[in-house]
Amino acid sequence: MDSLFLLVPISLFLGLLGLGGFLWALRTRQYDDLDGAASRILFDDDHPRKETPK
Amino acid sequence: MSLIGRAEPLVPSAVSAAACAHCGAPLAAGQHRFCCTGCEGAHALVAGLGLDAFYRRRETEAGALRPEETAPGLDLAPFVTTDRDGTQRLELLLSGLTCGACVWLVEQALAAEPDVLSARASLTARQLTVTWRGEAARANDVVALLARLGFRAAPWSPACLRATEDAEGRELTLALGVAAFGSMNVMLVSVAVWVGWDMGPALRHALHWLAAMIGLPVVLIAGMPFYRSAWTAIRAGRPSMDLAVSLGVLATTAMSLSETLRNGPYTWFDGATMLLALLLAGRVFDRAARRRARQSVAELLALQEGVVSRLLPDGRMEAVPAENIAAGDRVLVAAGERLRLDGVADADALLDAAATTGESVPRTFAAGDSLPAGAVNMGAAFAMMVTAAAKDGSLAAMARLLERAEQAKGRFVAIADRASRYYVPVVHAVAALTFLGWWGLLDAPWQVALVNAVCVLLITCPCALALAVPAVQVVAVGALFRRGVLVTSATALERLASADHAVLDKTGTLTEGRPVLVPEGQDAGTLRRAAGMARASRHPLAQALARACPDAALAEGVREVPGQGLLAGEARLGSPAFCGLGPSADGMTMVFRDGDGAPVAFRFADRMRDDAPAAVAALNGLGLPAELLSGDGEGAVASLARRAGIPAWRSSADPVAKQARIEALKAEGRHPLMVGDGINDAAALAAAHVSASPAGATDLAQTAADLVLQREGLAALPAAIRVARRAQAIARQNIGLSLTYNVFAVPAAVGGLVTPLIAALVMAASSIVVVLNALRAGKE
Repeated sequence: MDSLFLLVPISLFLGLLGLGGFLWALRTRQYDDLDGAASRILFDDDHPRKETPK
Repeated sequence: MSLIGRAEPLVPSAVSAAACAHCGAPLAAGQHRFCCTGCEGAHALVAGLGLDAFYRRRETEAGALRPEETAPGLDLAPFVTTDRDGTQRLELLLSGLTCGACVWLVEQALAAEPDVLSARASLTARQLTVTWRGEAARANDVVALLARLGFRAAPWSPACLRATEDAEGRELTLALGVAAFGSMNVMLVSVAVWVGWDMGPALRHALHWLAAMIGLPVVLIAGMPFYRSAWTAIRAGRPSMDLAVSLGVLATTAMSLSETLRNGPYTWFDGATMLLALLLAGRVFDRAARRRARQSVAELLALQEGVVSRLLPDGRMEAVPAENIAAGDRVLVAAGERLRLDGVADADALLDAAATTGESVPRTFAAGDSLPAGAVNMGAAFAMMVTAAAKDGSLAAMARLLERAEQAKGRFVAIADRASRYYVPVVHAVAALTFLGWWGLLDAPWQVALVNAVCVLLITCPCALALAVPAVQVVAVGALFRRGVLVTSATALERLASADHAVLDKTGTLTEGRPVLVPEGQDAGTLRRAAGMARASRHPLAQALARACPDAALAEGVREVPGQGLLAGEARLGSPAFCGLGPSADGMTMVFRDGDGAPVAFRFADRMRDDAPAAVAALNGLGLPAELLSGDGEGAVASLARRAGIPAWRSSADPVAKQARIEALKAEGRHPLMVGDGINDAAALAAAHVSASPAGATDLAQTAADLVLQREGLAALPAAIRVARRAQAIARQNIGLSLTYNVFAVPAAVGGLVTPLIAALVMAASSIVVVLNALRAGKE
């Protein structure tokens, strides 16, 4: 049963990591355009073909 | 999000030989590759940018990307915001942005411009954000480029913002994420307790504490949307489903906490968190479906929303939003423009007032006559003095009439609320009796009695009942969306299913609401030449002529004589008087004359929609006898009624008469479905049991209607009624299913036989059954 003292915190930590990731994604507005995100992964060129003056 | 789906393409993305290579519309005989010169230009532009890959991935509807013949007239520079570092930012609403390939095309095409810093389009919100370095006036070049590609752009307006402003939706998503995380982790601990027969009390106690530590914050955070709504229900004195959910969840949590403190054998944190997660999932999907419909309506409205040209005393003009105009200002009304405000013209004006009065033929308003907002200028551009600001004008008065009618409609109670009105008190009475029975009659310790009472609350906690109707709604609304019907109100489907009478407007509903060339055997070559000239003008009749011959190339050297016609060398196209004939009676005739040649007349009429008789017959077959209610004169109405197969009709009905007719029908106990597109229909639309407006309706009518048909024609209407009726039947079935399940579950809970394992299994199983049943609602 001692293993629980190690395993339970690990599982909780991993769960919280996932929750943290979800909150981050929500805050950076990644859930706002689900349809667009679904097709964006199919675009071949992520960056426009020109030198962007930054 | 496959439940909701997007509008299905009408053509496969692989373009067949007989479809336009740019927009995908079917080609007419004699056309090669392109349906019009606009598409040809767009295709060359796309190819020139090296973006041909777009055509392999495109999934847009046929014809959706056909560039408009006329350039957008609106100056967008005032809508540009300048950031501190000098970059310009423009937010646009983009119509036609319907697939991933469109997003790619728009972003790449704009990014290829040397001074554009970034272009980002959102497919869900149809929003495009462009930033660039340089002058604000570049905004018009951006919009012109988009227009050449076939996308219509409008400034991102407050109306779009309201529709997509989704603080509430984000809160729901957040709550769902927290509840899903919590229920999974609590379940991890709970399963250990359920299967750990040989577990010592100390370890069990520790695990219960762990479950409590995860479960308590989750119940507090994820339950907030329900608690808030329940509190509103308490203050209104009406029990709602959210009240039952809140009480069940809170009671379960409180009891689990006390069981944890006294080291009881079971806790129910898993049940409480799972209930929240399931309900929140249903709610998030429901919202996403309705948000999409609202978004599309807002998009239609934003494209219509106008800017008017104010005449300054020094003769210059400036573009101003209509609401900033005060009474006494002078504005210029261009040919073909819709009047945004009431006014008085300085000279005679020819106006098409179909949207405000239902008259199908334009008529001349003399100088000094008051001009109604909503009419379309069919003649030359004219200056008018505004007599009332937007908020005091006739449109605003109509909007107020609409608001009153809407309030009356607010009394409709959705089936889910009717069910919970009986369900909630019964459940709470059963729980109270369980407690009294165990404690008073069976002399059990009060803790045991309380555990059993709360078990009743938990197991009846209307998980299945609360999902029963929303799940069906999501599926049905999504299915209708794919057929081009937008459902804007939460109870619209229920009301549509129970409609038993149809009231139809004439102009714009049964008819197309815009002039169409009446073929009278004109020579094809002449038609082509005239259409080529007509293409240069924004006048509605000229545009109708251009539409009649879409492949005619734009004639060169066309000069417009305002209010009269077009000149190209020796050729003239315009009003009969302009070409040397007598004046026309109704303003619906155009004449073409080449030098001294014989004049050729083109007559136009507002044609009946092709599918109108079929739609009327289908409505009749569904038990909705149709009647025609129009503001137009008796002759026109009677003839159309005969052709559409409608036995009952009324003519010369003004907005008040239309509303009165609807009220009279309701007083007879009928449930009228009103279909109309005009400003004069808005009050009747709002008063009706359920209402719909066709594609191209005025903004006021679309706001008032419960359903907006996006595609041309009325064929979608009978189909929508069938879907609504099917959805309603399935919703009733679902409520029946969840009540049946309670008949078995409640006695077990009252008898004290329900362990957390059984509660969790029963709850999940009943929800899944209800959701699976709901999936059938999308099929026809």
